[in-house]
Order: sequence, then structure tokens, then C-alpha cells
Amino acid sequence: MKARITITLKPGVLDPQGKAIEGALHALGFGGVEGVRQGKFIEVEVAEDDPERARAEIERMCEQLLANTIIENYAYELEAA
Amino acid sequence: MKASVIVFPGSNCDRDAAVALEAAMGSTPKMVWHGDSELPDSDLILLPGGFSYGDYLRSGAMAAHSPIMREVVRRANFGTPVLGICNGFQVLTEAGLLPGILMRNSTLRFICKDVRLRVERNNTPFAAQYEEGQVVRLPIAHKDGCYFADAATLYLLESENRIAFRYCEDDGAVTGAANPNGSSGNIAGIYNETGKVLGMMPHPERLVDPALSGTDGAKMFSSFVEALH
Repeated sequence: MKARITITLKPGVLDPQGKAIEGALHALGFGGVEGVRQGKFIEVEVAEDDPERARAEIERMCEQLLANTIIENYAYELEAA
Repeated sequence: MKASVIVFPGSNCDRDAAVALEAAMGSTPKMVWHGDSELPDSDLILLPGGFSYGDYLRSGAMAAHSPIMREVVRRANFGTPVLGICNGFQVLTEAGLLPGILMRNSTLRFICKDVRLRVERNNTPFAAQYEEGQVVRLPIAHKDGCYFADAATLYLLESENRIAFRYCEDDGAVTGAANPNGSSGNIAGIYNETGKVLGMMPHPERLVDPALSGTDGAKMFSSFVEALH
């Protein structure tokens, strides 16, 4: 199966890159931009057909390596590879 | 005294650290490759600065799961002193030996300059030869040095006297202007619960010889040689 994992900064964690992007969008004339937060997107293919087991494995990957849960949240969608 | 320097792919301060260690110890430290799973007998383990694994994913995240790190964590938990400098500090937080995380500098820039640090505590193997409250000068060279931890962790660090160094003015005043990277509480380095694991963004190994324009870093090396020999 394939997992599409999105990693985002937790609310309240300072995101200077997001702020810089917001500033650049304003400079381009997108005056309506009220906030930008930058995150990561990771696709992982696992040799597992059972969604329950695949979920458990993906969550362990996120907890152990892909996200640092001090500052980041993660979410994912599973699909047949 | 025996010391080991862990070398990750992308470490670049490992040799400077080895030179500083050798000058202080009078013997050559062991250089240990990250892929090894066995660590020589060591009174001190040093995780050097650099860009392990190209800083992929997050600084220090991949290195924290290197085979050798299992052994480093095990030794640290048994009380072996561990010093993580710059990328080494990032690895220590990712490995869970120190709380919090080093995030992108608030300026978004790589900063390479000397900073003033206030020594917050000197009753540890690393800082015995500094005075508490002393202002020292050490270089920083990093892009991900903004120390972040949640309020409960920061409170714990403060109340347990686990902050090693803070960025400060020449006179020791801890101000926003003296904070180069946006770190919470101007924190430049922290200890674990026992004071035997130290992570710090500044580079003591870069100021250990008068020829390098200063020796404020040398006292850290002579401190732990004195404490651990």
C-alpha cells in the first residue's frame, strides 16, 4: 500500500519559513494572504496489503523518525499502491 | 582518559574536536564510524558538529538512528559523559537524550560568528573551570540553532538548573538583541538530569589555542579531563 503522509508544525510553533513565504506572497500582490505554514509531504510504499497493519506500521514510522512530535503533527492517507 | 569521537557521514568538526581532545588529554581519541555498533571503552563520548546525512528530514534526525547511537544512548544512560556540539546537540535531542529540538534560525540565515555566552552553571564535568556567571566568547556556525521546547519542558530545565549557557551581551545581560537565532530563553546549551550529557550549539573546540584568537573553549576540555582522568 502507499501512504501519503503530511507533516505540519503544531499550532503555536514559530514558522519563520512560512512567515517569509507569506511576505513574498504579499510582495507579489496577494494581499489577501493571512497566513502561511510550511510542512512536509512524504510518500511511503509498504509491502503490506492489510490496511490495519499498514496503518500501524506507518504510525510507528511517523513517531520514530518522520515527524518530531515535539513540534510536528502528522496525518496520512492510505491507498492501494 | 579515553575519549571517542563519533563520525557521521557529513560530520566536519570531528577532526577539530579530536585535536582539542588530544591537546587536553595528551592521548589520541578514538574516531568511531556511525555504522559501527561497538564503542571502545570511553570516559567521554563526543558528537561533533557538521551536517550529518546532509541534514535530511531534520538536522540530526537520521544520525540519531545510526547503529552506533544505540550504544551511545546505552552508555549515556549508564552515566558516561556525552558532549554534543552543534550538529551533535541536534543529534542528542533527536535521540531523546536531551529534551526539545533545534529549529531553523529565526533569521532564516546561516550564522557564523563569535557570540558571548553566560555560564549558567559550573558544577558539572564540563564547566568546572568556568565561573558561574562568567561571560565567555565562542563561535557559532549553524542554520538550525533555534532551541525550542514546550513551556513545561522549559520550566523543568530552569527549575532543575539544567541550562548550561545562554547567549548574552558583553556584560552578561541576557537580552533579545544578544539572541542570534531566536532560541527560547536565549538557551545555547543544556544538560540532562545528571549534568553528564551536554548539548550546545557554540563550538568550544574552535577556540582552544591562542593562535585561533582565543582559548575560552579550552577550559571546557581541561574541565572534563580534570574531572574524568
